[in-house]
Amino acid sequence: MFWNTILLALREIKRNVLRSFLTILGIVIGVGAVIVMVTIGGGATLQVKQQIASMGSNLLMVTPGKRLGPGQSSSNIPFKEADAEAIIREVSSVTAVAPVASKSIKAIFADQNWTTQVTGSNNQYFTVTNRSVKAGRPFSESEQRAGAAVCIIGETAQSKLFGRQTKPLGEKIRLEKLSCEIIGVLKAKGQSTMGTDQDDVVVIPLRTLQRRIAGNQDVGMIQLSVREDASTEKAQRDIARLMRERRHLGPSDDDNFNVMDMKEIATMLTGTTQLLTTLLSAVAAVSLLVGGIGIMNIMLVSVTERTREIGVRLAIGAIEREVLMQFLVEAVVLSSFGGVIGIVLALSASVWIANILRVPFVFNGTIVFVAFLFSAAVGVIFGYFPALKAARLDPIEALRHE
Amino acid sequence: MKADNGNHVDREADQHLIELREVTKIYGEGQGAMQALGGIDLRIEEGEFVAIMGPSGSGKSTCMNILGCLDMPTSGIYAFKGIDIGKLTRNQRALLRRHYHGFVFQGFNLLNRTSALENVELPLIYRGMSSKERHGHALRALEMVGLKGWESHTPGELSGGQQQRVAIARAIVTEPSVLFADEPTGNLDTARSREIMELLTGLNHDQGITVVMVTHEPDMASYAKRMVHFRDGLVASDKVNGRTQ
Repeated sequence: MFWNTILLALREIKRNVLRSFLTILGIVIGVGAVIVMVTIGGGATLQVKQQIASMGSNLLMVTPGKRLGPGQSSSNIPFKEADAEAIIREVSSVTAVAPVASKSIKAIFADQNWTTQVTGSNNQYFTVTNRSVKAGRPFSESEQRAGAAVCIIGETAQSKLFGRQTKPLGEKIRLEKLSCEIIGVLKAKGQSTMGTDQDDVVVIPLRTLQRRIAGNQDVGMIQLSVREDASTEKAQRDIARLMRERRHLGPSDDDNFNVMDMKEIATMLTGTTQLLTTLLSAVAAVSLLVGGIGIMNIMLVSVTERTREIGVRLAIGAIEREVLMQFLVEAVVLSSFGGVIGIVLALSASVWIANILRVPFVFNGTIVFVAFLFSAAVGVIFGYFPALKAARLDPIEALRHE
Repeated sequence: MKADNGNHVDREADQHLIELREVTKIYGEGQGAMQALGGIDLRIEEGEFVAIMGPSGSGKSTCMNILGCLDMPTSGIYAFKGIDIGKLTRNQRALLRRHYHGFVFQGFNLLNRTSALENVELPLIYRGMSSKERHGHALRALEMVGLKGWESHTPGELSGGQQQRVAIARAIVTEPSVLFADEPTGNLDTARSREIMELLTGLNHDQGITVVMVTHEPDMASYAKRMVHFRDGLVASDKVNGRTQ
């Protein structure tokens, strides 16, 4: 009997293909939108997490300047290389320190030029930022000490200057007045959490940048990594105390520098992504409601159109429950169809959108299942009233209906 | 057969298939109330072919609806096979129709865009019959009404007479105790009407199906073994083969 009811419903739906399709469009869009939102949102969250993991979650950044408030730039006293040395010497949980100074410079090779971020640092920079040299070698001890004219370039900078064919190792590129030899190429890292290209970079020894390009002894930022098992909070406090001391701040003075934890940034960023996903999904869910109303509308029309049929069914002995079930099953089959189509479309669209937005495609089985159940539930909820109306018809009236 | 206190219905071996006792039907209430039936007594036995006649407004259709358990009397008793219909719920009456009644309507009332076979199978679905069994029964019923070979045609592809044959096949496929036909020839021309009447006569004669038919055409009524005339909500005459009963 139940199987018959489903077949009957399918036949009814087949009879009005266009109308059935338009009826379920709302459900298709609703289910589709929710799944796309959750899938892409999940991918974005995963991407943020991966990027932060690739940066090293135990990474701390020390930057000059106050954390909040105006007038930040006036008190921007830069660090010196000695500050970085002091940190690794005094704070036991710090395993690697990279003093970093950088400048945006137009790099020139033959007739190609490309404006890129030139970073002056030491070999520990690669450890701290989780990068590695894939071809060539890192800086030697003497190159770092002497400020030699050598550089290690990222993939983007390489492809912009050399195209694909030429091997860059041993070639010389010009950075302002400095002509420096390429001794290594960095492994690609992709986009950063903030959306910048982490491979658009040329790394040179810190002293080379300070002496030959910037002409000062300043260090713009100190990046460092803390031992995995150590508390980053404690390291942050130790570093802050050390910096206050070295920068001669009195007890009443505010910090004129900042020690940032990547974990904080990570939590903040994933939190934002998740909140956005939830909000957008909620908006998408509203269209499920609208879709449900569409189904109710069409089911009511269908009941009116088929009043005579219902009369015949009642006259030949259909009981209320059977007529109710017939229309209810029809509504549920319709809306579930919408759900299935929505799921299929959403998953294809998600793969496509994920590709465009360059976020990983994460299949979320739970949300697919929940979306399907929800679409079926919409059929039950919005199909019940029209079905009840059909079941309660007076057979005599129904048979007389024109 | 005697009525004792009006509530109890006899369940003796000689009970009637259909028995109406003092059945009235009043539509509406108060000032606007309209009496459609004013106290009908009627008995129909198994194997009869009864034509209910009368002008429009005489109450014959109201009586038919009550006989078919689609409507309830305002007062009086309707006993079908000894069962007091007034004591049944809506669903119980539906089940009674499912198992004992066959219906043929003036407007055929077939499902559109549904093949003749599927139309005939419809009542069997509600009996929970397997699709294979349904098929066999429906094919036999269609053959009985002379529509062998027309199984896959939809009502739109059939003539009026053929549509009514499908409707009759649908009514008899469940082997009902009684076939109710409400103006079965009302939408057909004379030749088609005669064919349908001959079919009903044949079913009554050969299969022993009890037929109760409402009509206002004396020609059609003459096929019946018994004619009941209604006038102003009352039985005006009740004749068998032209003789008064």
